[in-house]
Amino acid sequence: MSDTMQLARSGFTLATAADRRRFVLQARPGTLDAAARALGLAEAPAMLATASGGAVTALRLGPQEILLLLDPAGAGDSLAALRTGLDAVAHSLVEVSDRQVGLDLSGALVEPALASLTSIDVALPAFPVGMATRTLLGKADGVLWRTGPEQFRLEIWRSFAPYISGLLDEAARDAAF
Amino acid sequence: MSQAFRVPGRGRVDSARTVSFTFDGRRFQGLAGDTLASALLANGHHLMGRSFKYHRPRGAVSAGSDEPNALVAVGSGPALQTPNLRATQVELYEGLAAVSQNRFPCLQFDFGAVNTLAAPLLPAGFYYKTFMWPRGFWDKVYEPVIRRAAGLGVAPTAPDPDHYAFQYAHCDVLVAGAGPAGLAAALAAGRSGARVILADETAEAGGSLLSDRTSRIDGRPAALWVADILAELAALPNVRVLTRCTAFNYGPHNMVALNQRLTEHLADPAPGMPRERLWQVRAKEVVLAAGALERPLVFEGNDRPGVMLASAARTYLNRYGVACGKRAVIVTADDSAYRVALDLHDAGVTVTAIADLRPAPDSALVRAAQGAGLTVLPGTTIQRAHGSTRVHSVELARLLPDGSVGRGQRWRTDLVLMSGGYTPSVHLFSQSRGKLVFDEELGVYVPGEPADRTRSSGACRGVYRLADVLADGAAAGAAAAAAAGLAAVQAPSWSVDVADEPGRGGYVGALPRRGKGLLAMAFVDFQNDVTAKDVKLAVREGFQSIEHIKRYTTTGMATDQGKMSNVNALGIAADALGRPVEKVGLTTFRPPFTPVTFGAFASHARGDLFDPDRRTPIDSWARAHGAVFEDVSLWRRARYFPRGSEDMEAAVRRECLAVRGGVGIFDASTLGKIEIVGPDAATFMNRMYVNAWTKLGVGKCRYGLMCRENGFVYDDGVVGRIAQDRFHVTTTTGGAPGVLAMMEDYLQTEWPELDVWLTSTTEEWAVIALQGPKAREVLAPLVDGLDISAGALPHMSLAEGTIGGVPMRLFRVSFTGELGFEINVPARHGRAVWEAIWDAGQAAGITPYGTETMHVLRAEKGYIIVGQETDGTATPDDAGCGWAVSKAKADFVGKRSLALPAMQAPDRKQLVGLLTEAPWEVLEEGAQLVARPDEAIPMRTLGHVSSSYFSATLGRSIALAMVAGGRAREGETLYVPMEGRTIAVTVTKPVFYDVEGARLNV
Repeated sequence: MSDTMQLARSGFTLATAADRRRFVLQARPGTLDAAARALGLAEAPAMLATASGGAVTALRLGPQEILLLLDPAGAGDSLAALRTGLDAVAHSLVEVSDRQVGLDLSGALVEPALASLTSIDVALPAFPVGMATRTLLGKADGVLWRTGPEQFRLEIWRSFAPYISGLLDEAARDAAF
Repeated sequence: MSQAFRVPGRGRVDSARTVSFTFDGRRFQGLAGDTLASALLANGHHLMGRSFKYHRPRGAVSAGSDEPNALVAVGSGPALQTPNLRATQVELYEGLAAVSQNRFPCLQFDFGAVNTLAAPLLPAGFYYKTFMWPRGFWDKVYEPVIRRAAGLGVAPTAPDPDHYAFQYAHCDVLVAGAGPAGLAAALAAGRSGARVILADETAEAGGSLLSDRTSRIDGRPAALWVADILAELAALPNVRVLTRCTAFNYGPHNMVALNQRLTEHLADPAPGMPRERLWQVRAKEVVLAAGALERPLVFEGNDRPGVMLASAARTYLNRYGVACGKRAVIVTADDSAYRVALDLHDAGVTVTAIADLRPAPDSALVRAAQGAGLTVLPGTTIQRAHGSTRVHSVELARLLPDGSVGRGQRWRTDLVLMSGGYTPSVHLFSQSRGKLVFDEELGVYVPGEPADRTRSSGACRGVYRLADVLADGAAAGAAAAAAAGLAAVQAPSWSVDVADEPGRGGYVGALPRRGKGLLAMAFVDFQNDVTAKDVKLAVREGFQSIEHIKRYTTTGMATDQGKMSNVNALGIAADALGRPVEKVGLTTFRPPFTPVTFGAFASHARGDLFDPDRRTPIDSWARAHGAVFEDVSLWRRARYFPRGSEDMEAAVRRECLAVRGGVGIFDASTLGKIEIVGPDAATFMNRMYVNAWTKLGVGKCRYGLMCRENGFVYDDGVVGRIAQDRFHVTTTTGGAPGVLAMMEDYLQTEWPELDVWLTSTTEEWAVIALQGPKAREVLAPLVDGLDISAGALPHMSLAEGTIGGVPMRLFRVSFTGELGFEINVPARHGRAVWEAIWDAGQAAGITPYGTETMHVLRAEKGYIIVGQETDGTATPDDAGCGWAVSKAKADFVGKRSLALPAMQAPDRKQLVGLLTEAPWEVLEEGAQLVARPDEAIPMRTLGHVSSSYFSATLGRSIALAMVAGGRAREGETLYVPMEGRTIAVTVTKPVFYDVEGARLNV
């Protein structure tokens, strides 16, 4: 399975990301801001942007949707604060820790390799560090998050991991030419 | 003698590097930088192929991608030979092996050439007329024979061992074509800082300037100017120049597909290098700089090897250093051919005569030719070219003032160059859905109003004077960059010091001739072997629209998409119809611009990566225990677990009995799951499903059925209420994405006011179904003290707890009719929990079972499978689920449709059971049902068998069927007509086992 996925080519590496607890938080935009504050962030990140603080990383994937990645060590406190902050406010919080796996991609060929899978413009000016979006990777859904100039995190459903990493491997090979 | 037609000191080929290659097994030598065509011509070898229909000997007529004749296959072996490559585009490398096509037994002598003698019997549309009788011969005799005799190259038979890259790209300005206009456009856009992609189909950027020894730009020879521009482009980090890269498809919203050939020109490509790369480019703005194509002239014998476009001879001479013959006759209606004559004359080729169709040609070029002592024959046409595998003479004749053609004179020649003027290459513009307009002055179609964000520049929009072309390209590039949002910069400009004035004139249609020429073969479309006569015949037979004429004659329908032929075909049709050309219209130019390798389209989507191969957390266990798998949508599911030498039937019988008699374990992880959360969750459920949800208590489950707006069953699954505001919805395996999408659609577009949100949890949970009378005794010790007794956890209820410390949602549900549990645990724990249950169940004889057993068990209980019993036209009531439809709800998706009389008609197909007389007889799924076995054919079918199995539990076969008015037919005998016999069946209720459901409620 995807638990120990690893690929290395010249200019491209792929590795399973550190374990995170994951939650999909959905609510009206005002509630998302309140949730962000409860989690210790200034406000909910703008559309397709991310915000981090403490044990929390928030990816704003939709007007009413944030994907929360929580460091397991601090996850309990964050969740407690979130639940308190959203008590009696309409929202949906669903744990998806096991629904998906994180893949960390890095290297000079990450951009062209990803450009083989997604029709989104992944050049740095169009897709700056900190941007995150849901997209199609080949024929599979996934979330694409730029964590550095040559670093991306993919958050993908568990069963898509072999397919997506297989495509990335071929794309990285081709990108060298 | 090797390369006898090479002109020393001419061309861009490397005369120091000789390259050996074979053509049809014969060894030749060329130079590095040659194409296959230029190398063959350097050896005086014009014959390169046989034609499509008449098997006429053919040579290269052009020097570019518009080549219709010189189609070759390159490479060897059943996988590696690529057919239908244009020899004019195949770059030479050491050891290249090419063969000609469409000839038997060999290129010099071909049996199929008798078709030429039979030509009067093979007019346009002949196959529609000739091969109609006897009926039935078409499939087995005519079509295979015609396909073998006609057609182009042979497709490879083995899998393609190469691999192909694929890439999306984004840019501000895409420039298609790197001739003078394209280079100027790319530089203008590039200097503004725009992201620019410049693509050219040839090996070297420069276009016509690479064949131009005359023009000087900023005091430099044209080719050196090209080098300067390329150097500047290379220094711009925002510009990407792609050669050997054809823009072949212009899709909507400026999505342009490019095909880049990476290895084809290399003798020894680097290991792992992809053969081609397909680019899907999203361009904010597009500049089309595709240039113009010279038109051939239509006269008898215009397809003889040695008859070429004048511009092609110039390219072979100036770019490749090859003289295409020793004695040239030039036939022209355009001044540009005079420059060709002068270049050839300079290179030592004898230019015997220049026949000009115009009565009084007069321009600086004409005078220069006359000054050089060349014979210019004004008002002269070509009646015919003579020769077979090579032209040896032509008959030139005066055009008389009354329009007729006078007596001819024979001229000995080995090279006939024709120039009918230029046709702007509007293929990509036309693909972009831009409207073409007829330019009266040029007599051709040029781009009109674009439909997308695109600009044509240079010769592809009828701008021919070099200084104008450069200015036009620069202006287009600058304007495109500005339109893409870049700050405007001064467009570059250059001074053209020396250049020929573009010619005026040109010719459209078939040349006038002396005599009727009933047997004359004057080709319009070389690649599809369409003659002027064919087009005239089509008009005579009543076709008026150019689109119909195209289909009847097949002109312009070959792989070259009429690059050479369209305008002449139009001219001939217009003449025959007695209408002006612009009133006849133009046919569509279809993609691809040039043929594209299938492998490039497939790119990585082949083998294991064709589709995602989804596997559950328990897949590895199933594999280790010998499961046989089946594909269910994208998932790989265990179908059955054979023991020893068991076949599927035996394994399924054993598994069924094990579940009914003890306990079975089943991986249900692929079931779709959606968590529906929010204060309005129940309201949303009420609207999406036909069932009522308000009164479903927390901790309870209900079977949910969902229709589309049309009232037909779309999906089903068990739904559990986790909390007042939280539902755990399950869907079918294949239906999960569609259900979520449909729910989101309604939520976002119809009911945005509802405070409810959807989250896919399909892969969050591994689901282990434990089914059978012993299920509880196996599970009870594992669930960390949770009370799962019948009283605490009755059928259709759920509890949250832990199993071995792992968080669990436990559903007391059954798709088998037995006492059953579905244990949901986070996916990472799925296999461990499965193994814990497996170990605990050993004493009870726990048996793993697969989807096939699941299907039999549910059929014994009459539980439907959406997509098997239903087919998109079944209502809930048809499927026997009318009980699920709430009568009280104000509305739900499908309610209005279900109220229509037709949806309640008593003769709708309804779910019933069927029993055969012989207990061993298992009906075919899909078999039709009729009322009487002796009914006349065509019988009226009453319905069909939807599910059919042998039931080990019942010791006999069972079947479910959808039958018109089926519920009222209970007890009736119906018939299943099969090949050679008819099977009688009795209609029953669709529940065969434990009708009261006693086994569920224990």
